[in-house]
Amino acid sequence: MSDSAATGKLAPKPESRAKETLKALFANRLAVAGLVVLVLLIFVGIFGKAIAPYGINEINIADRLKPPSAAHWFGTDDLGRDVLSRVVVAARVSLQVGFIAVGFSLVVGVPIGLVAGYFRKGIDSLLMRMMDILFSFPAILLAIAILAVLGPGLGNAMIAIGLVYTPIFARITRGSVLVVSEEVYIRAARSLGARDVRLIFRHILPNVLAPIIVQTTLSLAFAILSEAALSFLGLGVQPPNPAWGRMLSEGRNFFKQAPWMGIFPGVAILLTVMAFNFIGDGLRDALDPKQKSVIESRGRSA
Amino acid sequence: MHGFLIKRLLQMLLALIGVSIVVFALMHIVPGDPVRVALGTRFDQELYDSLRQRLGLDRPLVEQYFSWLRGALSGDLGVSFRNGQPVTALILERLPATMTLAFAALLIALLVAIPAGIISAVKSGTALDYTVSAASQVGISMPDFWAGVMYILLFSLALGWLPSSGFTPISESFTGWLSHLILPALTVGLISGSIITRFVRSAVLEALNQDYVLTARSKGLSEWQIVRRHVLPNAWIPIVTVVGLQLGFLLGGVVVVEVIFAWPGLGRLALIAVKDRDFTVLQGAVLYIAFMFLLINLVVDIVYAFLDPRVRVS
Repeated sequence: MSDSAATGKLAPKPESRAKETLKALFANRLAVAGLVVLVLLIFVGIFGKAIAPYGINEINIADRLKPPSAAHWFGTDDLGRDVLSRVVVAARVSLQVGFIAVGFSLVVGVPIGLVAGYFRKGIDSLLMRMMDILFSFPAILLAIAILAVLGPGLGNAMIAIGLVYTPIFARITRGSVLVVSEEVYIRAARSLGARDVRLIFRHILPNVLAPIIVQTTLSLAFAILSEAALSFLGLGVQPPNPAWGRMLSEGRNFFKQAPWMGIFPGVAILLTVMAFNFIGDGLRDALDPKQKSVIESRGRSA
Repeated sequence: MHGFLIKRLLQMLLALIGVSIVVFALMHIVPGDPVRVALGTRFDQELYDSLRQRLGLDRPLVEQYFSWLRGALSGDLGVSFRNGQPVTALILERLPATMTLAFAALLIALLVAIPAGIISAVKSGTALDYTVSAASQVGISMPDFWAGVMYILLFSLALGWLPSSGFTPISESFTGWLSHLILPALTVGLISGSIITRFVRSAVLEALNQDYVLTARSKGLSEWQIVRRHVLPNAWIPIVTVVGLQLGFLLGGVVVVEVIFAWPGLGRLALIAVKDRDFTVLQGAVLYIAFMFLLINLVVDIVYAFLDPRVRVS
């Protein structure tokens, strides 16, 4: 960027950059594997109810705790419900929570980072100290505390997870804005009389998107894990609706007789989270090799 | 260094005040009357009145906050809504279990991560590197509660080697203490270890690519001598940071793992408080955990500054 600024060239066109990024992403085998899994998951998420061989709450006591078979690929649970059908339908819940919670973090965190990084001074200190406070709680504990206030449930779990991940987006955005606002093209636009709002949204935001995109993908992985943990603790999705974390916790009492009740939902979580991590890592290599994930360095906590 | 220390201490103090406000606000955002909610079906006018008075809920909010803060500073976090026990005592009672699990898990994490990360970086691009990277990727993506349940399935139910849950104090029986500790510590330690492995690998790789390593190589030093003398002293700094952060989390109590293994730690205390709507206990536990977390972050920053003079200056 500094080379192009020195020679007076403009920042690279967004389309060519997007093309290059996609090319680099598709050259990364793990990222491609992640993308394939994600596409499958989205398909299952949309058409889950149609694909599922049985109803998610179709109780059949005669068939309870049956091991995997041709009729029930993933076996049946303690109420004789088909585990495969429940795993398939629960994919939607996990993806939904992931996207909505991270969407919330993005919508709140990115503007905070933009404002703090662009205006600096008092407003920067104020906003970032507020973010620091949210950052001072271990993630899952803060989510649990928020759910204690809001009450358990899927919608509240999304808000809790979204709030927990907001400071990460604010920090990453602010850091990038601080760098970008020193660029020549920003100073040029300002000297031409561009207003703050136009400068922020037209010139700064497009140039700080790379780290935000990477963080979004990685945060999706952590948000899905957090939802699973909250549902496992009984604070997320409420019965009889299926969620992977919830199914695992229900399966705990029957592990000796029916380990499949817990194995399959766990594998589903693992594959989903790995897919997002692979895509995130691939995007980071393609877009922003120097960035280290803030969440990763913070560690996961559950 | 003094300036840096003072600045960092002030920042922590500010964060602590913020945290205390958030934690205090928790109980007051709850829709309705927290005491009524906590008592639920066990409602009793006499108990209700005495609890409200004891908690000072009839006084103005700001006054309540300061009196709560004064109490917290002197180690008095109030009494449990449920059983009237002092919250501080409840937290202190849980502390040994949480600390034991945290340090045992960290030990496992380091024993795995440091050799794995170094080997993976030194043998970068080989099959060994890919195997380590793949294993750490699986570890990072694995839900800890699932890993815990799988270990119980294998080591307790199928093989019968270790107990599936519970806690024995070391003073009662060393073998009992150890056998109960292994599975939860493995569950948490291997996941933490996966995260640390990635950092060790990238820190060592970065140091390996520096000019001084080239010089050392041209002097004819062996690869392991280079790693020991030139790479590790430089790779230390980022590793210390990530290890410190992991410790902060572990000391905060690993809620889900504590639940699975019926481990009597802080995380489980917080969760039970949520289920019982015992807000004073929840407040106390969250405040304490956030405090520990901030304190460890502070220590990490100081160690960091000590190891790397550039941080002190900037």
